[in-house]
Amino acid sequence: MAARVVVNVPPSAKRGEVIEIRTLVGHPMETGFRHAQTGELIPRDIVRSLVCTYNGEEIFRADLHPALAANPLISFATVAVDSGTLEFKWSGDNGFSASASAAIKVV
Amino acid sequence: MITRRAFLVLACAAAAPARAQLPPNIAQIRKRALDAAIDEVVGAAPVRTGRVKLDLPPLVDNGNTVPLSVTVESPMTAADHVRSIHVFTEKNPQPKVISVTLGPRAGRAYVATRARIADTGQVIALAQMSDGSFWADRVDVVVTLSACLEDGLI
Amino acid sequence: MERRQRLQRLGERGDQGRVRLVVLSLCLSAATALAQDGRRSGYEYMSRQTQAMQDDEATGPAVLALLDGEALWKRDCAGCHKQGMKGVATRYPALYRGKLVDLEQRVNLCRVERQKAQPFPYESRELLALTAFIGRQSRGLPIEVSADPAAGKAFFLKRQGQLNLSCANCHDDNPGRKLGGSVIPQGHPTGYPIYRLEWQGMGSLQRRLRSCLAGMRAENYALGSPELVELELYLMSRARGMKLETPAVRP
Repeated sequence: MAARVVVNVPPSAKRGEVIEIRTLVGHPMETGFRHAQTGELIPRDIVRSLVCTYNGEEIFRADLHPALAANPLISFATVAVDSGTLEFKWSGDNGFSASASAAIKVV
Repeated sequence: MITRRAFLVLACAAAAPARAQLPPNIAQIRKRALDAAIDEVVGAAPVRTGRVKLDLPPLVDNGNTVPLSVTVESPMTAADHVRSIHVFTEKNPQPKVISVTLGPRAGRAYVATRARIADTGQVIALAQMSDGSFWADRVDVVVTLSACLEDGLI
Repeated sequence: MERRQRLQRLGERGDQGRVRLVVLSLCLSAATALAQDGRRSGYEYMSRQTQAMQDDEATGPAVLALLDGEALWKRDCAGCHKQGMKGVATRYPALYRGKLVDLEQRVNLCRVERQKAQPFPYESRELLALTAFIGRQSRGLPIEVSADPAAGKAFFLKRQGQLNLSCANCHDDNPGRKLGGSVIPQGHPTGYPIYRLEWQGMGSLQRRLRSCLAGMRAENYALGSPELVELELYLMSRARGMKLETPAVRP
């Protein structure tokens, strides 16, 4: 199954309003510190970054580390400047990649 | 008859090679890693306490998933804003939790996430301002293990 | 004063005291009826931050399973079950053709018998997602199992394992107190399948029961075994009337 993602962006906002954006991506975030029952170290496999652009301009970037819980939630704020699209891109180990987009109407 | 001094000298000499086999000082390793991670961000600059508010439960239900948020007082204008926020833990196998890059487009210097905190200790939130200054908040949390550990049982 | 004389004096306080006692006990029972006979969901033992994760309908940790469940529902179930399944999850475990089955088994029976499809393995991502989605449709409704829970009750009360503990020793006798660093809840399965922080993922009630049995150093039972289904039934009947919270978040 493809990675599940959820982005929660208010569908509309007033110009200049500060809005909260919540994002969720399904990923086990294997730390690389755990051992299998047989004793081998389970290799690290995590989401490494989340980048959000708003009408093409980067407004948020996060670097993720193994200390984030599985299925990482990341919430942040942005100013509703214009109607348009917010794009979200996650990337991680072993070629992990996920994306989402959300439209916003600014009045 | 051997003097006490001679005995002590001999005993220390005998014990010296054994010191190489003592287990590593985990607390010291973690502390060094945390200091190195913070230095990577701040360099030689001083870190002031204040303006940053790290919100997380003082007693954690389960260290595997600890909701936390960081808010920094800042007007978030082009002239005066938060450039980045970093979160570290004191006792995890590696100290970094998350680093976010912000800017005036953020409107509010805020990030929330769910962290893994391995052990009772300090969690540190560090913010870099647009003027290059660093501010931090440190919170002590108590983390307990689940009563029954399952070790992969499904 | 002699003991017998003192006791006689107390007895003679008589009718006035008795009336006060009756009024007081009426007030108390009214209060406990409001508090559901003193029964409390595991939700109430959690910190407010963990409660907030359960309440977060948009980005709570169980949301991803609900999305998977919705996709599976649309693909496999919606064709027949056009009315949805509101009220279904609150009635399981239940008798199906004379055999006691839980919701997971009932889903698989439908898949095998009617859809001629492969059953989903226990604790598979699909089965957890689908039972979470079905359970979500009954969120807020009171649990109303009706089959006879005698076998499960006997299991719950029986001392077993290397520690010679019964389920009741912790969950009936010591809820609210600590086992190690964890708070002992009353053990009402109000939100299964749950997102358990310890597992960092979803799991069924049977998985949780197996963890407990392992922790008690008692003989464990395979997923889907009748002993576990009977125990599920007893726990649900013990929680009858309490509201379903599926999918819940628990530590």
